[in-house]
Amino acid sequence: MKMRALMTVAGVCALATASAITPAVAKVDGDTIILGSSISLTGKYATNGLHTQRGYDFAVKTINDAGGVKVGGKSYKLAVTYYDDESTPARGAQLAERLIQQDGVEYMLGPYSSGMTKAIAPVSEKFGVPMVEAEGASRSLFTQGYKYLFAVLSTSEQYLATAVDMAAASTSDPKSIKVAMAFEGDPFSMDVRAGVIDKLNEYGMKTVIDDQLPADLSDMSTTLTKVKALKPDILIISGHSKGAATAARQIDEMKVNVPMIAMTHCEAAKVHEKFPKTATGFLCPTQWVETLSKSDPMFGSAADWNANFKKAYPSYSSVPYQSAQASAAVYVWKEAFEAANSFDKDTVRDAISKVEMETFYGDIKFSENGNNIAKPMFMRQIGSDAKYSLVETFKDMTFPRNVSY
Amino acid sequence: MIKKNTLITYGGLALFGVFGPILFPDYTLSIAYLWMMVLMASTWDILGGQMGYNSLGNITFFGAGMYISAIVQISMFYDGGMAEYTSAMGSIKPEFTDTEYFNGLYLGIICAGVAALLISLIFSTFMFGLRGPYFAIGSLGLAIAAAELTITMDYVGGASGISMPLFPGDIEFRSTFFYILCFVLAIIAHFLLRWLYSTQFGLAINAIRDDEDKAEAMGIPTLIYKQIGWGIAAFFMGCIGAIAGNMAGFIDKEVAYPIPTFGIFMVAMVLLGGKGTLWGPVLGAIIFHVIKETTWTYLLNLQWVALGLILIINIVYFQQGLMGWLQTKYPEMFGIVVDESQKSAKSEAK
Amino acid sequence: MLDNLQLLFVWAPIINIQVILEGIFVGAVFALSAYGLALVWGVMNIKNLAQGDFVIMGGYLALALSSANIPLPLILLIVIAFMFVYGWGVYVLMIRRILDQDMFVSLLATFGLSLLMQQVMNLIFGPEVQTIDMELPNWDLFDNMVTIPSSKVISLGLAAVIATAVVIFMKKSRAGQAIRATAQDPRAARVLGIDTDKVYAFTFAFNSALCGAAGVLVSIIWVIQPFYGITYSVRSFAIVTAAGLGNLPGVISAAFGIGLFEKYVGMIIGTAYEVAAPVSILVMVLIWRQISMKRNRQVVR
Repeated sequence: MKMRALMTVAGVCALATASAITPAVAKVDGDTIILGSSISLTGKYATNGLHTQRGYDFAVKTINDAGGVKVGGKSYKLAVTYYDDESTPARGAQLAERLIQQDGVEYMLGPYSSGMTKAIAPVSEKFGVPMVEAEGASRSLFTQGYKYLFAVLSTSEQYLATAVDMAAASTSDPKSIKVAMAFEGDPFSMDVRAGVIDKLNEYGMKTVIDDQLPADLSDMSTTLTKVKALKPDILIISGHSKGAATAARQIDEMKVNVPMIAMTHCEAAKVHEKFPKTATGFLCPTQWVETLSKSDPMFGSAADWNANFKKAYPSYSSVPYQSAQASAAVYVWKEAFEAANSFDKDTVRDAISKVEMETFYGDIKFSENGNNIAKPMFMRQIGSDAKYSLVETFKDMTFPRNVSY
Repeated sequence: MIKKNTLITYGGLALFGVFGPILFPDYTLSIAYLWMMVLMASTWDILGGQMGYNSLGNITFFGAGMYISAIVQISMFYDGGMAEYTSAMGSIKPEFTDTEYFNGLYLGIICAGVAALLISLIFSTFMFGLRGPYFAIGSLGLAIAAAELTITMDYVGGASGISMPLFPGDIEFRSTFFYILCFVLAIIAHFLLRWLYSTQFGLAINAIRDDEDKAEAMGIPTLIYKQIGWGIAAFFMGCIGAIAGNMAGFIDKEVAYPIPTFGIFMVAMVLLGGKGTLWGPVLGAIIFHVIKETTWTYLLNLQWVALGLILIINIVYFQQGLMGWLQTKYPEMFGIVVDESQKSAKSEAK
Repeated sequence: MLDNLQLLFVWAPIINIQVILEGIFVGAVFALSAYGLALVWGVMNIKNLAQGDFVIMGGYLALALSSANIPLPLILLIVIAFMFVYGWGVYVLMIRRILDQDMFVSLLATFGLSLLMQQVMNLIFGPEVQTIDMELPNWDLFDNMVTIPSSKVISLGLAAVIATAVVIFMKKSRAGQAIRATAQDPRAARVLGIDTDKVYAFTFAFNSALCGAAGVLVSIIWVIQPFYGITYSVRSFAIVTAAGLGNLPGVISAAFGIGLFEKYVGMIIGTAYEVAAPVSILVMVLIWRQISMKRNRQVVR
């Protein structure tokens, strides 16, 4: 019993020591400004977590190489403290708390996905720590009255709604259109679905399939079998990179002949590269296109950013927009620090809310609720040459999909 | 009769529990998670260590408790009701008054515990005919099925999850409040178990572990004992689930049913400390938490590798738990207690 | 749900063929890893929670090899050989030390192994979803209502070949006989001069090789990701628990049964339930077995 007592006390002491020696990184350490982010490096969001992290890292490096951030006449370098949230919201919230309390971070970058942002936003809000996020698109994030949450991207109900518009334009009688939907069971996809359903009701289209894909499903053949039997006019899929890759693979295998297929995360899942033949004709919503005619003094034009990013990470043949918006979020921080000319988090917060700028990623201006209202969503179609081309209305697109399996 | 050394341990823990958050206010929630893990490990040990029924499904009660308290808290004071709240996907942000919030929370925690207890009673009618690996796998199956079914239920938000009501007080008070809840619940559970293990109940469940058939032949109503044991574990898991849900602020399937993390961690903690004892789970949880927090901070990207290695090394090479290993390896370190502790170690290893 | 039933049985009954075929393909792959699990469980009482990660590891090895333009049969052989050696190594380093422990020790130790393997694969291959595209033709039947990818037919054939080889090996060869003898009575086997330690090592390595083979098939017919392993582990456990230990025909029929059940559940109730389906069948089988044992006042051990 005595030994046990000793051991327990030893354990407690160990805990106390471990707690005490955790590095307390100050918000501004010498000439470095520390941003904090919990990001999914493992688990189901890991693919896009990595795209995001690279976007952050690339922007930090570019900004530092260009002289850093000038506050009060002095140059500061940016650095990001990362934690791995393992794609689980509870862990994300815990890590956000740790970043703020234990590491003393006062400026946050967002995590990947709406679900994670939903978990983290209440934390940063409670501590009054501003967070510029680039990957949480869910509408409901911006109806909570959060004062410290800013998102550079467009909200998720816009992702696939344009696709429904295009389907409606494909015929003289939109009511006759049959729609098949398959959405993964996660907060982001559910929000995309809500946007699609609003549109469907508006046009009075008929939903013939409405399947929810389990998070760890690597096989969606049952949904596609139904698709083949019911012959819908448009097939809409959302399920992050995993869903896109699985869908593309099996659409090919099962020779699904739907005239119009729209899905999210084409670029992130590299479907144009892995399944060039099948992916022909896919409609892919994107937050950003590299042909965008916007530019800024830091990253240059969208094409410049694209070229430099590819140089830094040669494994991309087409850069996912997740990385672009991550870079834009870091850029917002730089602008805000310089505009505020201060490190006080509330002053900086006010500066962010007043940011109004043109970047390679598009215009950025935050609404009162924190979402970016200056930037549209884009829809692109994958061509037979595995290249993405912008489609604005139905007239621009190739319809029906022209694939020979 | 409480021995002097035990008193010292309690004193140490109580001091740490009370002064920990005061001395290191930034770590309040981290220590709150520590008590949560202590509670999970201790209640798992009722079945796993003391009764010989290894459950991998205790996390079901955690998730069920979390969702039930959310339903209670929201539908009690939000006029539109639960279905409207969840179908809005978090865009509704009800303003609760302080009393409403706290009453809802307390009631939610109690309902969560009671509901989890009832669920365990339902499960126990068909789970306790399973032995050994079949019980473990069957209970794991229950947990996975519960998690998968939750995301198809629109009433509780389905895959979109539920945003929990916001805590009315300021942030420091919030941390302290949830810390106190976790700490108090862990203390209640510990002393309840301490008392239970000293009664006939403790003897009976140990008899079930050692030889269930003989125990039954001796006239012990084994099913009832098993139900009580699992019911207690379920009650506490439900309560702590409710608290954890409110601490997290946003709940969905991943938060409520963390099968590959907490579901397994609680078992690993018990094995780390030594199972079938009152203190083993406590010690295991403390060590595990420290290791976990340290690797998560210093070994970014490698934390799971580290955790996997620790699990393997712990289980393959130190099967008696860390304490047992230390005892046999360096008896001189423990001075005069050698004989006594070895004896007790042997009897515990059974 | 009613719509789905009508679709299946009234409007387009032909798609039943597709559903059944998909169920069979799923079943064939799972039969391999489930048989490996049953073998290890039956012979040495190890419940391997890392089973699915062995499968995924086989898949990644195949992926790495196929990017070097090695033909499929050769890939299969290399992966089988490599996984055999890997399994042997795992046995020597950890499984040997937990042989006599209670069942929970093996579950947890292999869970640790599973975490480790997932993470190392994540570090080496990255978290992206990957697949091997063999660029093989897909056949369509009945006016494109049913498609049969030749990659799936090939993998079904390979699974059949592997299963037959396993049966012959277990029946005829010395090593197979030694494994069966050890499973029946390790002490008697030891007395009769069988080196049980070697048999155990061989069995575990053999299981690992089977999983590797299944992984190759998975990577050519579905997609792989470092974190997919757990699904395969759970399904293997479901199949083995439903089928009982050590009989290959039982495992194969249970695998096909669960594959079909899963696909029909997905078709009729909705894909959201597809992952829960094998788990619920596992729970149901356990309950049913319990009820039938209870009549004789026995329990499921």
